[in-house]
Order: sequence, then C-alpha cells, then structure tokens
Amino acid sequence: MSFVGGGARLTRARWTLYLTVGVIGLAVILLLAPLVGPGAHGRGVALMSPRAVWGDGIDATIFWHVRLPRTLAAALVGAALAAAGCAFQAVLRNPLAEPFTLGVSSGASLAAVIAIRLGVASVAGTAGVGAAAVIGAIAAVALVWQLGRVGSTLPPATLVLAGVTVSMFCGAAALVVQATADFAEMSRMLRWMMGGLEWTQLTTVARALPPLVLGAAVLVWLGRDLNALAAGPEAAASVGVAVGRTQTLAFAAASLLVGTSIAIAGPIGFVGLIVPHALRATVGPDHRVLLPMSLLGGAALVVGCDTIARVLGQLPVGVVTALAGGPFFLVLLVRGKRTSALWRSE
Amino acid sequence: MLALADVTFGYDARAVVRGVSLTVARGELVALVGPNGAGKTTVARLAAGLVPPRTGTARIDGRDPATTARREVAQRLAYLPQRYELAFPFTALEVVMMGRYARQRGPGLDSAADEAAARAALARCDVAALAERRFDALSGGERRRVVLAQALCQGAEAIILDEPTAALDPAHAIAVAQALADERARGAAVLIVTHDLDLAARYADRIVAMADGAVVADAAPATVLADARVQAAFGVTLHVGALPGGERFVVAR
Repeated sequence: MSFVGGGARLTRARWTLYLTVGVIGLAVILLLAPLVGPGAHGRGVALMSPRAVWGDGIDATIFWHVRLPRTLAAALVGAALAAAGCAFQAVLRNPLAEPFTLGVSSGASLAAVIAIRLGVASVAGTAGVGAAAVIGAIAAVALVWQLGRVGSTLPPATLVLAGVTVSMFCGAAALVVQATADFAEMSRMLRWMMGGLEWTQLTTVARALPPLVLGAAVLVWLGRDLNALAAGPEAAASVGVAVGRTQTLAFAAASLLVGTSIAIAGPIGFVGLIVPHALRATVGPDHRVLLPMSLLGGAALVVGCDTIARVLGQLPVGVVTALAGGPFFLVLLVRGKRTSALWRSE
Repeated sequence: MLALADVTFGYDARAVVRGVSLTVARGELVALVGPNGAGKTTVARLAAGLVPPRTGTARIDGRDPATTARREVAQRLAYLPQRYELAFPFTALEVVMMGRYARQRGPGLDSAADEAAARAALARCDVAALAERRFDALSGGERRRVVLAQALCQGAEAIILDEPTAALDPAHAIAVAQALADERARGAAVLIVTHDLDLAARYADRIVAMADGAVVADAAPATVLADARVQAAFGVTLHVGALPGGERFVVAR
C-alpha cells in the first residue's frame, strides 16, 4: 500500500503561495481565537471586543493572562506534533507513523508520571516534569527503533507492532506508578495525563519555545533528505544522502518536539497523523513545503480545537482533536478512496 | 574507477560472496551475469559501497566508500537498484530531480539547471511525456526508465545498474542499452547486472560471470559465453551467433 495524492512539482511560486496562505490563515486564527469564549452562563459563544483587550477590565485580564498563553501554547503544541508526525512518516516510510502509534507519547507520559512520583515537580516544578517527558519520548523512540528493526531496515508492520507494544507497556507501567502515588500526586498525574492547556502561562510558552524552534528548524532543514528517503535508505544513499545521520537527526528532532509538546499539554492524539496526511493530499509530498505547512496546519488545528474545547466548557483539547480529527480523516479517506487520491493498493 | 579486491560478504554464517575481484575502468561497460542467487546484486551493492565487505576492499575512484561522505560518493557513482518503491506520491520529474541531490546544498528548492538536467535525462530515457505523472501510477517499464533517468541525471563518472532492462519491451531495452553505451563513450565506467545475455553480448566490453558467490569467468563476451564453466553454472548450452552486421546474439538451449 502506498500513499498517493498531491499535485504538480514544487516551484518557488507554489512554495510562496502555500506558505503565504498558511501564514495568513494561522495569523487570522491566532488573532481571533483568544477573543472567542463561552457566552453568559456558559451557554453559546461570546466574542470579546478587541477594544476591551486594551482596557483594564476583567476582559483584558482574561485575554492576556488566560486565553493568549493558552492559544500560543496550543499553536506550539499543534505545530510540534504535526511536524513530528510528518517527519516520522517520512523517515519510516509509514503512513501510520505518528507519536501515538510509535509509543512516543506513552513513553513521555510514563517518564512524566515517574518524575511526579519521585517528587521532581516539587523540586524542579513543571519544567522538571517537562524535561522528564522529553527524555521519555527520546527513550521510547530509541526502544521502538531497536525493537522494530530487522537488520538495517524498518519494516512498517514490525515497527507499528513495536510501537503499540511499547505504548501498551508504558501505559500499564504508568498505571502501576499511579497506584503507588498519594492523593496529591495522583491528581497531578491525572491532570497531566488527560492533556490540556488550562493552566498554561506565558513563562511555559517562553520556556518551550527554544527546543521547539530547534526541532522544527532541524526538520525543515532536512526536507530534501526526507524526500530522497521516500524511496528507501539504499536509494537515498545512492543519490548522496547520509542516511544514518539523517534518520538520527530527524528522530531526535521529532522526539524533542513531541517531548516538549507533551511537557506543555500532556498527550494529545491525532494531530501528528491527520495534519501531514491532509496536507500531503493538498500541497503534495515534497517535504520542503510539507514540513513548514505541517507546522502551520498543526498550529491552526490545535488552536481551533482548543477554542472549541473552551467554548464547550473546559474539555481537554485532546478530546476535541480526536472527536474532530477522526471524522475529518475519515472524510478524507472515503473521498480519497473514491477518487483514488489518498490510498492506492498494489 | 570501480574496484573490488578479494571481497567476501555474507548474512550470518552464510557466505553470499566469496573472494570476488572485479574492476571497471573509465570508458568500459562490464556486464555481471549469472544464475539466480549467484550473488550478483550483492556484488553490485558492494561495488556501490552500500554494504561494507567482510574481508577484502572496495574502491570507488580510489576511495574507500566506507570512509567517504555519501554525497562525495554520489558525485562519482550513480546506482540503480533492482527495486525502487516510493512511499509518497512524487511525480516522475521529482523522482529524477532527486538524482541532483549530491550537487545541491542546503534545504532550498531545485534550480532551473536542476530541472533542465532532469528533463534532459527523462528525454534520453523516452519518458519526457511522463514528467508530471505520479511515479506510482506508471507501469513497471515506465518506472524503470524514470529511475534510469535519475541515475543518468546524477552526472556521475561511474554507473552501476541492477537489471536496468528488466520489465522493458525490446525497443526500450535496446534504447536503454544504447544510452548506457553513450555513457561509456563519454568516459563513464558502467557496470550492469543483467539476465539479458543478448544485451551483454552486444554491448559489453567484458562479461563477468558468477556462480554460487564466486566469479567463474571474466573476459570478452564471446569467450565467457563459450566457457563450459559458465554454461554449467546456467545449466544450459549457450549458442552465440552473429547477425550480418556483426551484432552478436545468444540462444540458450
């Protein structure tokens, strides 16, 4: 089975057009999202007046201290998860690869839960738990890679099996750790594992920015290499790609993105799967445009889903990404099957 | 240009290649033939530096591929694998332009010169009309020619091709062989792995015949095809004839 879709070759004009549309679209969403909130008595939708933002009333406080940090965090998390999913799919040549199916999210969650249990949160705060999540993400990727490898190749089936196995093991181990925790720790763990952006502050966003920018920059830089890897490691090496270095860099950067995003918002599913697939069918498979567009598209999706989550009454954003993303992906799949534009069996 | 010296290779305890020595000079076209499972593809991969030999040495333009940057190797050597499958829906032109990787730097887009080189290579392989078509929607023979165009587009001084004419109709097989002969004429070292003994007899300067992981003959085509050890390896009798124009053909019985 291979993935088909896409369109004409990537020219400078097309690259500029896509990126311009993407940047403008995301900018509009970022400007509007913090103005949107639940209506009076939690019913309906209320749009905050832009003038109120610059005043010194309660609206300004909500905008600057609650909604803006949350929106920015949502954007960073979405961008990171989508770009990481795109990179995992490219390196592993596997349409099912994404942080969840590879066990990365579970690895990060287990490490974070252990960190909370060991009292890291009280010593080093949320930053300590976040660092543990990053380490957990990288460890899970390394483990899945080792388990899934057959010789020098990474067959899709064994890789996904290894990912699911690691994911289930980490999930079970996290439950065991939780069972040994006291009430305060357990509530912190539960809040963290449910995923959400409710308590995000601007300092969290600022702290997460450097690793996210670094991870994203590495992946965008590798765009041409990831294209060549679409034909497999040997074909990529024969045109000049340093395959081992590219795979290691891409895995490390993607794990850094996933770990950091999990540190901000806990595990959020579906984004790493649906955004690259939807965009590949729209802008084509060339990673020099697909990766930056995944950053923008992922950011827009999670900001949109988080806004819906806020309006619907403080749902965890992961619930909305799954509820909105699932049907959206199915529509793509069914449309793609009809027009043979998404999947192709061989 | 390409040199293997007393090379061995194997998977686990099983030796696939045993004591193979092979050279291909600039301006030479060498055909590597042998029955299925003889170790031809492994020898091609060893010569391309894609797998390191257990013992012996591999050299590409005098350099050890194991210690040379892959980009530098690719500037000198193009390799066409036996199977080429894409995970994503790139067009034929995009696939060919991947052959320009070793001559590009950084994450930028392809230049007009890259595109011109790719389109010229597509035209040489008679697939210019398929440039904008999706690679995975092409027929097996069309895909083969597109990947050959990628190898030609690399502009390397040495080319190794694993079954370049497999899945091609006779007209396109001859056209591909002629394109390889043209590469030889411009001074490239060309090594092809093939089951097409007619093509080997007509176009190769030398034939290297393998059986059971070892070289059994390495000489001019007529000599190798008449060699009793080679015929025994194939398990058939090979009859070499010549057309009025002097072109050789081979009939196996």
